[in-house]
Amino acid sequence: MSSGVEITRPEGAIPLAQKYSGLSEEEVKKRIIAYNPPADSRFPNQNQTKNCFQNYVDFQRCVRLRGEDYKPCQFFERNYKFLCPTGWIEKWDEQLENNTFPVKL
Amino acid sequence: MMSWGQLGFQDAGSYFMEEFIYFHDFTMMIILGVLSYVVVFLILGLTSGWVDSGFVEGQLIEFMWTIFPALILIQIAFPSLLLLYLIEDFSKSFLVCKVIGHQWYWSYEIKTESSELLASVDCYMLPREDAFGMRLLLTDEFLMLPINVPVRILVTSDDVIHSWTLPSLGIKGDAVPGRLNQLNLTLNRKAMFYGQCSEICGANHSFMPIMLMGVYSWEFFAWLDRL
Repeated sequence: MSSGVEITRPEGAIPLAQKYSGLSEEEVKKRIIAYNPPADSRFPNQNQTKNCFQNYVDFQRCVRLRGEDYKPCQFFERNYKFLCPTGWIEKWDEQLENNTFPVKL
Repeated sequence: MMSWGQLGFQDAGSYFMEEFIYFHDFTMMIILGVLSYVVVFLILGLTSGWVDSGFVEGQLIEFMWTIFPALILIQIAFPSLLLLYLIEDFSKSFLVCKVIGHQWYWSYEIKTESSELLASVDCYMLPREDAFGMRLLLTDEFLMLPINVPVRILVTSDDVIHSWTLPSLGIKGDAVPGRLNQLNLTLNRKAMFYGQCSEICGANHSFMPIMLMGVYSWEFFAWLDRL
């Protein structure tokens, strides 16, 4: 799992999620939802608004600096997609298209 | 959910709520002890006809009635602060669930690892005739979360301030537009949990309940698939 937990299983053992959901291994891996954007010490408290926004801005800046295919940018993309509500992401994407995004990228 | 005539807490649905109930019981024991002590001496003092004119100060008694309450308060403070910081530990969450308040319903978004899959569900209150006697509590759709999995809940709102509350899980988070409030939740059993909006948000503030079902992980996967 993405949180860094190591799981060792006896040979031949199937993960429970795969055994009981009836999905194949690839399907289960596609659906693994065990990703939690790592704890960011810049945002230690209950208010995570800036965490979501900062990851979005960092992703946009990363992509503009390094290109769409630069893999480390996916870290920011994943974080903001998990943290930010869809409505906010759509609003910011629209602002980017209209050149009205409040941050200079 | 609460039953008629119930005075105490609902059965805890999360590990934090269990701890809150233990802390409440512990503090209540101290409170009742102190209260009885004070009431007894108050009544004795008021009903006694005699007054000691020489009793104006007493260094030892004054020292004792300062130190003992301080020690009692320190005893209460330790578990209180421990719990306070424990519920704010978000480093161990496995799942992120976004809760969005609208006028007048709740919607939930669960993002999976694969970027394309985003499960979203809107939950409207069931009318009285469809609610099986549990009026103001049932919704047409409900949120399912896996049990024994730490979940990071991020609460926000689309319009006005709401509050996402589940008393049996010991959680309450204000849904403020433009702000993401983070809550920590680990369900401890398979059950249905109910809550109601806890911040006045308009005409139908009383009619936007919250329904959450604790299920096994594979049942959670199956539910995500169906959405």
